[in-house]
Amino acid sequence: MSAPLHTLGVAELGRALAAKETSSVEVTQALLARAKADTHGAFLVVNDDAALAAAKAADAARASGTAHPLLGIPLAHKDIFVTRESATTAGSKMLEGYKSPFDATVVARLKAAGAVSLGKLNCDEFAMGSANENSAYGPVRNPWDASRVPGGSSGGSAAAVAAQLVPAATGTDTGGSIRQPASFTGVTGIKPTYGVCSRFGMIAFASSLDQAGPLARSAEDCALLLSAMSGFDAHDATSVQRPPQDFHAQMLHARDGATAAQPLKGLRIGLPREFFPAALAADVSGRVRAALAEMEKLGATLVDVSLPRTELSIPVYYIIAPAEASSNLSRFDGVRYGHRAAQYGDLMDMYKKSRSEAFGPEVKRRIMIGTYVLSHGYYDAYYLQAQKLRRMIADDFQACFKQCDLIAGPVAPTVAWKLGEQGDDPVKAYLADIFTLPGSLAGLPGMSVPAGLGEGGMPVGLQLLGNYFAEGTLLHAAHALQKATDFHLQRPKA
Amino acid sequence: MPLTPEDVSRIAHLARLELSPAEGSAMQTQLNDFFKIVEQMSAVDTTGLEPLHTPLSAIGNVELRLRPDAVTETNDREANMANAPAADEGLFLVPKVIE
Repeated sequence: MSAPLHTLGVAELGRALAAKETSSVEVTQALLARAKADTHGAFLVVNDDAALAAAKAADAARASGTAHPLLGIPLAHKDIFVTRESATTAGSKMLEGYKSPFDATVVARLKAAGAVSLGKLNCDEFAMGSANENSAYGPVRNPWDASRVPGGSSGGSAAAVAAQLVPAATGTDTGGSIRQPASFTGVTGIKPTYGVCSRFGMIAFASSLDQAGPLARSAEDCALLLSAMSGFDAHDATSVQRPPQDFHAQMLHARDGATAAQPLKGLRIGLPREFFPAALAADVSGRVRAALAEMEKLGATLVDVSLPRTELSIPVYYIIAPAEASSNLSRFDGVRYGHRAAQYGDLMDMYKKSRSEAFGPEVKRRIMIGTYVLSHGYYDAYYLQAQKLRRMIADDFQACFKQCDLIAGPVAPTVAWKLGEQGDDPVKAYLADIFTLPGSLAGLPGMSVPAGLGEGGMPVGLQLLGNYFAEGTLLHAAHALQKATDFHLQRPKA
Repeated sequence: MPLTPEDVSRIAHLARLELSPAEGSAMQTQLNDFFKIVEQMSAVDTTGLEPLHTPLSAIGNVELRLRPDAVTETNDREANMANAPAADEGLFLVPKVIE
């Protein structure tokens, strides 16, 4: 092998392993060393022993004739997925030292495919945040510029892939938590349709929105991961019942009428005018439009569409998600697991002190918002109204998809901001989620695809949204763009 | 109507949170800032619309799936209680609630 092992993506590593140019043990050792030397705060736990044992088992399986695209491939999991091997904290003091008696379905499926987990990745506390500044275990820094945030809540996953500590990582997306950090760190990420990946063992934030997905260095690598992660799971009541999907084959499947020069011929990409407001940062707008121009060269046509309730999705999301969070997080009572205060009086005092000591400020804010909007006298005006608006937002997308096959726009209004820049103003952070929230509320699949560098040499992501179960169309379009351009190959200076 | 300090205390009690005076006052400001952006919601007429509880019901009926009432898990009490802050003989320990 001439190229250093950490520079290889999932598909490239798979080919190198199949050709016996390297072994899983060799790759795993090389990446463990990088993970331990990392200064971005991406990893919370590096699990040497378990990783090396899994790598040895993968090499033995390959020697005895087993083959799978992920066999022996190292990766790491967002610390929101419960794992038997390592403690799971969800980025919270509440779960410090928590050891799950079982593996999340996504973790178990990747393990069954032969992937080697190196450990657990930092994230915003209970996946609440857009900058990874809300982790109880310290912030994650952006590998492109350590004074900037990596995005969130899957900030550790995005930083680990961008810094080439792992070729791929798992993440979760509730309101943009895969797409936005992928955009901020110049990696590729996909959030599938709600129900495609099992939520079993994914510590719940907002159950009607949470979805798992991969972050990697290309659409092809995402397709390989997603095929293994997804599929029906009886343990998740909202898991979609359908046969296993080969997203890699769907990605490769040629469109009707496509040619070698025009693989996207006939693909209509809708540009919602609300995704390109006058106030959009010029660097973001410029990079996104340049990437779309590349897709036009590949045969796609651009169509003007409208998502009139784009701005409304901010309050709608920040009512619904905290409502569900306040309900989900009521399980943390200091009785069955999690933090219990050292000093307390009666049972009520124990609940209050345990929760107040262990939850961080953003989690407390969302619990407060959620509790209020679900409380007697306010439910109809806030929660129910938000649920009705959520239907309008989903209907708006269906109207758009009559005119186009995919929807495109920026992932975020700006490139990654500086650590601490948003200060004590949570609403400012909420407003920056404007372009990812509509797709989340509708439960649609979405991607962030690198589109070049903007202000300060920081990455800009192109957001692609598809209709329900159109992951294949999304991956196909992103793959075609990545075959024709090198935006996704740009790396931060080491 | 902006939230008062009393409102914040009431919500904190419902949420089983104890906020210090400084936390309570910051929370009041931040919640009131947030509810300013929520106001635009009430201007939209949603008469006759069904709430969307789960996203896939935007394109069809979503039936709640029930599993057969069969035992699928083995008894693994020790492992399942291993994370309890206080446990004894298979029971979770809490402060006395019945005198």
